[in-house]
Amino acid sequence: MEENRITPHCELLLIGGSAGSLEVLFKLLPLLKADLPFPVVLVLHRRNSGDSSLTELLASKSSLFTSEVEDKDPILAGNIYLAPADYHLLIENDRSFSLDYSEKINYSRPSIDVTFESAANIYGCSVVAALLSGANEDGTRGLMAIQKAGGRTVAQLPATAQMPFMPQHAITSDAAGLVLDIPGMAHFFNTLE
Amino acid sequence: MIEDEDIDLLLNDLFDLYGYDFTSYSRASLQRRIERLCMLDKFPSFAELRYRVRNDPEYLKRFVEEITVNVTEMFRDPSFYKSLRDDILPVLGTKPFIRIWHAGCSTGEEVYSMAILLKEANLLRKSLLYATDLNPTVLEKVRKGIFPLTQMKQYSESYIASGGTRDFSSYYTANYGQAKFDSELSEKIIISTHNLVSDSSFNEFDLILCRNVLIYFDKKLQDRVLQLFDASLGTLSYLALGTKETLKFSVVQNKFKQLNREKIWKKIE
Repeated sequence: MEENRITPHCELLLIGGSAGSLEVLFKLLPLLKADLPFPVVLVLHRRNSGDSSLTELLASKSSLFTSEVEDKDPILAGNIYLAPADYHLLIENDRSFSLDYSEKINYSRPSIDVTFESAANIYGCSVVAALLSGANEDGTRGLMAIQKAGGRTVAQLPATAQMPFMPQHAITSDAAGLVLDIPGMAHFFNTLE
Repeated sequence: MIEDEDIDLLLNDLFDLYGYDFTSYSRASLQRRIERLCMLDKFPSFAELRYRVRNDPEYLKRFVEEITVNVTEMFRDPSFYKSLRDDILPVLGTKPFIRIWHAGCSTGEEVYSMAILLKEANLLRKSLLYATDLNPTVLEKVRKGIFPLTQMKQYSESYIASGGTRDFSSYYTANYGQAKFDSELSEKIIISTHNLVSDSSFNEFDLILCRNVLIYFDKKLQDRVLQLFDASLGTLSYLALGTKETLKFSVVQNKFKQLNREKIWKKIE
């Protein structure tokens, strides 16, 4: 029975987004509490430019330490990690990142599916993943992998998304356990243990 | 999904039967590549893939080519190439002879980019570019110097962004959808198989480029390879890695000094 199921511990929060997702993060990140007991990984479709201004911009919105991932960085609680442009972001058994420059998936590198599936492999039921605004199908398969591993999934309420296609695609595919607006997501993430 | 234990079995086969050691490759990436290959080649199960690898040496070639990532491009990260032009080549130009090693060069797009830089700096005549990879199939492509014509528009833009001022199309001849690069460039390229996991240093170099290769290795193997590079670099020499790779926390970090924002290090001792 649902009420008796033990809620798994959250050890990793993944947030994937494409077109229109930056605005969401600019509102969402300031609402996250300063002592989140797990790491947050952002996988965003972005232009392939060498500059790191996006990291600085995101860091300015959050009290959590925010950095762009370098190869083999360890994944530590209370940090926000941004997937670098033009690499897939994978997770290793020892809970460190590795990067991969293989073919684009869903026309995207980084691909949200790739990171989500990799996280499901390593973290299993202790992953929570959210899919934000976007105009692409990326992310749905990843959410499904996380559900299959026992983790929890969230889609942004499409009516609140600048580009509703991506979260709607996840919802239609039954890949979203919860459908939340921005304050709803903030509340949900802040109460995860 | 393929289990870790299955991958262990397969990696043991590869080592025992063929001498290829992938055990220190980044596991997350390997797993993806193996799952992808199972799908591409329609193996109904992992056991069937393993059987084919064990019993069909012809298939092994394809396996190695697909398991390793061979995605590369010309003038990737133009600001990196700009730094090579502005900061590194003028120093190397003072030497009587320039040896450059492209370690894990894949199909060779970066090697030809480098040859173009050298030509434009009037250094190509006294340079040799060593292009190595573990995979003989991709080296055949380096030898030919033929790349898809469809890529040339993007390569040309990156070339210009790297500080190139010539007409990029003057470096190749277009034919049947392919761009064949000038033999003046390929004549300076020496091609050989070399496995960073198991082979040792084979020369002394002034510049080693190994970009987006170490990301596929675990920390221990990264250290081994960096020591190999250290042993292969002479005085006043440089090491270049990919934009998200680092010498920080490696065994050789004290022997190198990073030059600027680009991932180029100067050997200091």
